[in-house]
Amino acid sequence: MLKITNLHAKVEGREILKGLDLEVRPGEVHAVMGPNGSGKSTLANVIAGREDYEVTGGEILYRGENLAGLSPEDRARDGIFLAFQYPVEIPGVSNMYFLKAAKNAILRHRGEDELDAVDFLEFARRKLKLVEMNEELANRPINEGFSGGEKKRNEIFQMAVLEPTLCVLDETDSGLDIDALRVVASGVNALRSPERAMLLITHYQRLLEYIVPDFVHVLSDGRIVRSGGKELALELEEKGYAWIEEHAAA
Amino acid sequence: MSRTSSALERLANREYEYGFVTDIESDSVPPGLSEDVIRTISKKKNEPDWLLAWRLKAYRHWLTLADAEPTWANVHYDPIDYQKIVYYSAPRPKKKLESLDEVDPELLATYEKLGISLAEQKRLTGVAVDAVFDSVSVATTFKKELEKHGIIFCAFSEAVQRHPELVRSYLGSVVPYADNFFATLNSAVFSDGSFVYIPKGVRCPMELSTYFRINAENTGQFERTLIVADEGSYVSYLEGCTAPMRDENQLHAAVVELVALGDAEIKYSTVQNWYPGDEEGRGGIYNFVTKRGKCAGARSKISWTQVETGSAITWKYPSCILLGDGSIGAFYSVALTARRQQADTGTKMYHIGKNTKSTIISKGISAGHGQNSYRGLVRINKGAAGARNYSQCDSLLLGDRCGAHTFPYLEVMNPSATVEHEATTSKIGEDQLFYCRQRGISEEDAISMIVNGFCKEVLRELPMEFAVEAQNLLGVSLEGSVG
Ligand SMILES: Nc1ncnc2c1ncn2[C@@H]1O[C@H](COP(=O)(O)OP(=O)(O)O)[C@@H](O)[C@H]1O
Ligand SMILES: [Mg+2]
Repeated sequence: MLKITNLHAKVEGREILKGLDLEVRPGEVHAVMGPNGSGKSTLANVIAGREDYEVTGGEILYRGENLAGLSPEDRARDGIFLAFQYPVEIPGVSNMYFLKAAKNAILRHRGEDELDAVDFLEFARRKLKLVEMNEELANRPINEGFSGGEKKRNEIFQMAVLEPTLCVLDETDSGLDIDALRVVASGVNALRSPERAMLLITHYQRLLEYIVPDFVHVLSDGRIVRSGGKELALELEEKGYAWIEEHAAA
Repeated sequence: MSRTSSALERLANREYEYGFVTDIESDSVPPGLSEDVIRTISKKKNEPDWLLAWRLKAYRHWLTLADAEPTWANVHYDPIDYQKIVYYSAPRPKKKLESLDEVDPELLATYEKLGISLAEQKRLTGVAVDAVFDSVSVATTFKKELEKHGIIFCAFSEAVQRHPELVRSYLGSVVPYADNFFATLNSAVFSDGSFVYIPKGVRCPMELSTYFRINAENTGQFERTLIVADEGSYVSYLEGCTAPMRDENQLHAAVVELVALGDAEIKYSTVQNWYPGDEEGRGGIYNFVTKRGKCAGARSKISWTQVETGSAITWKYPSCILLGDGSIGAFYSVALTARRQQADTGTKMYHIGKNTKSTIISKGISAGHGQNSYRGLVRINKGAAGARNYSQCDSLLLGDRCGAHTFPYLEVMNPSATVEHEATTSKIGEDQLFYCRQRGISEEDAISMIVNGFCKEVLRELPMEFAVEAQNLLGVSLEGSVG
């Protein structure tokens, strides 16, 4: 589904990704771990097509198609979803109104019928249950005055509504207390399916106790320096990132 | 980055949809201003002597103001040559009109094109319309229906003929002829506009609306609107405007006076979409308008809601004189400046009565090379014990060649008053845009959504039909511009 080969990317003239390779097949859950500043969010943003991140080498194939030159909205409509590390606030724009516009833009793109207000509400309510989010919160302006945990929960709610094919979750676990983490994780688990792939970006292995990955990759200085099964996360937790970095340098 | 700025560019230079010209014969006076011109206008309208005398008094006063054209506003334009302006232009009627059916089809078509149907049988919405074309009112709909409630809604010149006593007692009672340079000019040469009177205790059953259209070349529009809400009555009034695209600037210097007697309420809404000029700043309307309401009676209420997206230059400060004890004034404004547009707009709240209250919510949006200034005065007189004001001025910048400025003035003479002021300036964030686009929403729709969200507190004050129009205008939806 996703095949990244020798990816190089620059931000503000500085090279952050320095030859990254990654392959994800349908139904798989991959965790990408790495110390702060190693380029995890950069990778997420580059996949989503953010324009201030310049791809200077390599390629990203998504369902066999090269993503180069495709706008963020077209990538989203093709099924790529990014749960943001820092979701933004948009004052005055109701979350539900926004999501309905997004859902319908995606449906339209796929040549499917759009949902009217009634159908959308019914559909969205089912998804709210999944993340134990109340409707009042969902109707407020996007993320305005939301707590850190509510913002993350809202990201997963949006993911559930938009039903993407590739889910990239950027540090969805950070800033969550254990109860919120459990809710978010069960929401994510409910979305696992044989057609859907997930990329879990995280700094800690805590999240991986709740969402068990098929593969774990370690990102260091813009490259995947190690890949393995879920036990790699534990090993990493035990020995720390310094161990990997030394290892990689060696 | 580059894509984003190009979308902002398109927004800043958005097409003006209403720039067409109606080819119609008109009856105009030659350009220039003199006592003769004023006498001619007055005569064409068959006005009583007192009104001609009032006009001439204003004109003579205006002559003494030659050097007093306001220069304090944060707007810049070449001096206006008042002798080059045509002060009266009317579409020439083929014959005397007996009913709407006889209005020139060319005119009806013009209004249809603007989305205003004057054929009332086709109008399902509860809005009565007075259509002002250049200097005269060409049609007023739903008149009969309104008359049943004793409501007067007609062209100003008709009110002068049919209700001279009402006009005479309120004309100039809120904006005196000597008020300011442009109001004085208007008092001398005003040609038409709307007149509204709501009798005691009557709640006007539909929205009243005036649609102003400037068509003729080199013509100024100087309309005058007077709305009187008698004790315990209620009216909601809407004003819309457009003009053709022309390379020369055209002057629009209107005066609006509102009078609310005890317990009466007037809601006055404007969606102003005069031609803004082109990308280089050529052409466009100079919108220099004096709007003021007097809350004359106790517990009366006046609110101004405006969405200003057009005009090359906007200079206007819809104000409230809060005379009656417990009276309430409100000002809700969205001003959008794009291209080379300049807006200096805001309000004045004069608290005179006890326990008077005012609310000011101003949203300025600047794009392109637009310059947006909020200028507001809150004055609390000595006698205004317990007065309260809340002001909030927010600015949103799209791009980095535009500007936003805030000039709040506060004069508090009574220590028991409460005055609050908040101001923010923000840039439409790349982060916000990316967030929307990552969810599948196009860049244009995202900008439109963010801008509308920013204006929400103001837009929700507008009557339904206008809210939709205003959203589309801000909407920036830029149909068909995204491949
Ligand atoms: N928009 C940006 N502008 C400038 N520098 C950035 C930007 N985004 C990321 N960086 C830099 O790129 C490096 C990697 O950042 P990031 O991908 O956010 O790392 P991580 O998510 O792994 O903590 C950091 O040094 C960071 O400062
Ligand atoms: Mg990060």
